[in-house]
This record gives sequence, C-alpha cells and structure tokens, in this order.
Amino acid sequence: MEDIQVIINSFPYLLKGTLVTLELTLFSLIIGFVMGVIISFGQLYGNKLVQFIFLIYERVFRSIPLLVILFLIFYGLPAIGIRLDPLIASILGLGLRSSAYQSQILRGAILSIPKGQLDAAYSIGMNKIQTFFYIIFPQAIRIALSGWTNEAAVVLKDTSLAYALGVVELLRQGTYIISVTNRPLIVYLICGVIYFILTFSISRGLGKIEKKLAIPGYETRSV
Amino acid sequence: MKKEKDSILKVEDLHKSYNETEILKGITLEVKKGETKVIIGPSGTGKSTLLMCINRLVEPDSGRIYLEGEEILSSKNIHKIRQKIGFVFQHFNLFDHLTVLDNVKIGLTKVKKIEKSQATEIALKELERVGLKDKSELYPAQLSGGQKQRVAIARTLAMNPKLILFDEPTSALDPELIGEVLNVMIDLAKSGMTMVCVTHEMGFARAVADEIIFMENGVIVEKGPPESMFKNPQKDRTKEFLNKLSQLYGKEENT
Repeated sequence: MEDIQVIINSFPYLLKGTLVTLELTLFSLIIGFVMGVIISFGQLYGNKLVQFIFLIYERVFRSIPLLVILFLIFYGLPAIGIRLDPLIASILGLGLRSSAYQSQILRGAILSIPKGQLDAAYSIGMNKIQTFFYIIFPQAIRIALSGWTNEAAVVLKDTSLAYALGVVELLRQGTYIISVTNRPLIVYLICGVIYFILTFSISRGLGKIEKKLAIPGYETRSV
Repeated sequence: MKKEKDSILKVEDLHKSYNETEILKGITLEVKKGETKVIIGPSGTGKSTLLMCINRLVEPDSGRIYLEGEEILSSKNIHKIRQKIGFVFQHFNLFDHLTVLDNVKIGLTKVKKIEKSQATEIALKELERVGLKDKSELYPAQLSGGQKQRVAIARTLAMNPKLILFDEPTSALDPELIGEVLNVMIDLAKSGMTMVCVTHEMGFARAVADEIIFMENGVIVEKGPPESMFKNPQKDRTKEFLNKLSQLYGKEENT
C-alpha cells in the first residue's frame, strides 16, 4: 500500500523530469539533424579538405564516450572561458554526438540511391540541385527513417547521462524522490517504465510514418 | 548546305580514356534526321561510353560533338542540351518513388516548367503511345521489365527530343518481354524519330536500321546498310562477329 502512495506522490515530480528529458531529446535531435545534414553533405560533395575535416569530426564524436564529451563541454570548456548552463551543455554534447551518427545514416541513405537514377535525371535535363531535391532526397529520407528511428531512441535513453551534469531530468528527479522515500526499487522501476514508454512510442510513431511513406511495390521486401 | 541542315548529330574524332585505358580511339559518325543507326560490337568495346559521351553523362577527353550544328562539348549549359537528347538505359532507371505518370511528367514539370494539367496530358499521350496508359497510377516496382522499359521510353519521348540514344534497351529483359519493347522502338523509328541504338537484336536492325556500325576496341571497324553488312561484310572480323550473333539468336527473317 505504501508503494502506491509513493507512486502517487512522486508522479508529478517524475512527470516534470520527463518533460526535461523530452526537451533534451528534442533539441539534441534537432542539433544532430542540422549538423548531420551539413556533415553528410560535406563528406559527399565537399572538396578533399572539407571531407577530411568532417571525417575527423565524425570519427572523434563516434569514438569518445558520451559522458566524456559532456564532461569536456561542461567542466573543460570553462578553462578557455566558455561557461555553459548544464542543460545547454547536455543538449550540445548529445547533439554533437548524435550529428556524427545522423550524418552517417544520411550519407548511407543518399549513397544507396542507384546511380542509374541520377543518370536518368541528368539525361532529362535536371541539374544537380533538381536531381537532389526531386530524385535523391525523397528516396533517401525513406531509407534514412529506420536508422533515424533507432538514433532517436538512443538519444532519448542517453539523455539520462545529463544527470551527471546536474540537469534535473527524469533520472535525477527519481533520485531526489529516493533520497526522501528511500525506495530505490519502485522509483527506478517507474523511471524505467517511463523510458520504455517514451522509447516505444517514438519507435511506433516513426514506424507508422515509415509505413505510410513506403513506396508501393516495395512493402513486401520488409522482413 | 542541305547536308548541314539535315544533320542531327555529328561526332568527330571522339576520344575517351579511363585511367590508362583508352576506351574510345577516335570515333566519327553522323546521324541525319529520321535515321536509325544500330551500333553492334563485343562488350567492353566502348559502345555505351560512346552514347554516354554524346549527352555528356561521361565527359569525353577530346573531339567534337554537334547537335543540329551546335557544338555541345564546349557548351556551358549542358542541362539544356540534354533535354534534346533522349536516353534509354539498359536497366530502365525509373524513379522508384514516383508513379508511372509522375516518372513521365517530372521532366515536363520540373525541367521544362510546363503547367501541371498540360504536362499530365502530354505524359498520358506518350504512355498511350507505348501502350501503358492504364498503368499510369502504378509504381515501377509493380511493373514487369518490359513495361518498365516502355515507361522509360515514354519518359524520354515526353521531353520531345531531337534524337534518342538506346543503350542495350532489351539486354536486361526476359526473352518473352523483348518483343513489346522492340515493337515500340520499331514504331518510333518508322514514325521518323532519329535514333542511335546499341543493340544486338538483329531482327530490329534488319527491320528499321539505316546503317549498322560495328565497333571494336574503341574504333569503328565497319559500317554500312544492313543488307550489305549481313550479306557481304568487308572485314573478316565483322563477318566473324555477325556469324556469332546469328548462331546465338538464329538467322532472322525480315520482320
């Protein structure tokens, strides 16, 4: 009975934390997407120098643990005079790391469009920009969507690392409640359930969109 | 002067190398309005490269190409010129995300900036020409190979090109689907379309070709009207190759 009371009492706080978690997720994904587009374009269409710079960027952010990235931004940058709010630092860290992954999802999707279709587009007189917007992009976005769904789920779960910078997101709210109620099992379980529901909803929602956008004649291919 | 006027395509001394390998070693040919030329030759001879060079999907190293007297290799706006040169690919290369109708329409609306309803009208007319008007709402993945290639031909025709290049249009098709594509091509040739076809369909060549060009190792070995090419080719190599073709496909009668 006591457990139910704990759940009811802690719910408003957890909900508040959930909102912060969603905020972290949304803005990190947006930064990741914008940067990801820039990086994938640089890698695909840039000159050698641009390609090289973005390659280094992408490799670095894919190879360093997120927690290290967050600590570097939050605790490291003040040493050179850049002091960021914990929330901003978290969004930046999550976003930059996500951009490295999103760039590769996009790059792979763009490269997977058969070259023959580009030849066909050029052969009817399209220029590079028209070919990109009318032929490559509409197909690449469909291909990228499944990878992107996965990335969104990863970012959502990794927002819990913002805990380490003191951002009061879902997990930290949970920890506050535990320090008062001393009921780690039930509170962490609720946190887990909330993360599960959020992740599941994202996958479901984006999966629905994916299905809706599927090109007729190709649906049967999905296994 | 009359000759100049009639000439649709003129290729002069075209060279192209990939790395160290020279693919085209000086190709010269001329296609006049309404003519159908068939290019044959062993694979790896540069036939496809030649076609791709003509609309500059591949940039040649040297030589000159004239479309209706206008030099196009030095032209800045290649996109404008490509609208006038149709290209039909071996693997159809339809846009998978668009319906049959939109595949044919997209060049009209996005490149030629023709108004939508008018573009639909033109597209449907061309689809009717290739016998696929009733499939206009389907997607490429829902079509057979032969139907795909006919859509690709309609897509090319919709742009109202001066000349169409066919790069082995039936090589990727099942034998029983080849006929429907060839029939469309024969109708086109008979309607006065100017065509350059890389194909080994000798029945097609007999029926409509004005000239057969035999290419090997980057040069034109021999060319001539179908009758003389089939009956008494001048070069041994041509004879050998044509014999191989007829062994493979059987001697074909005039269509």
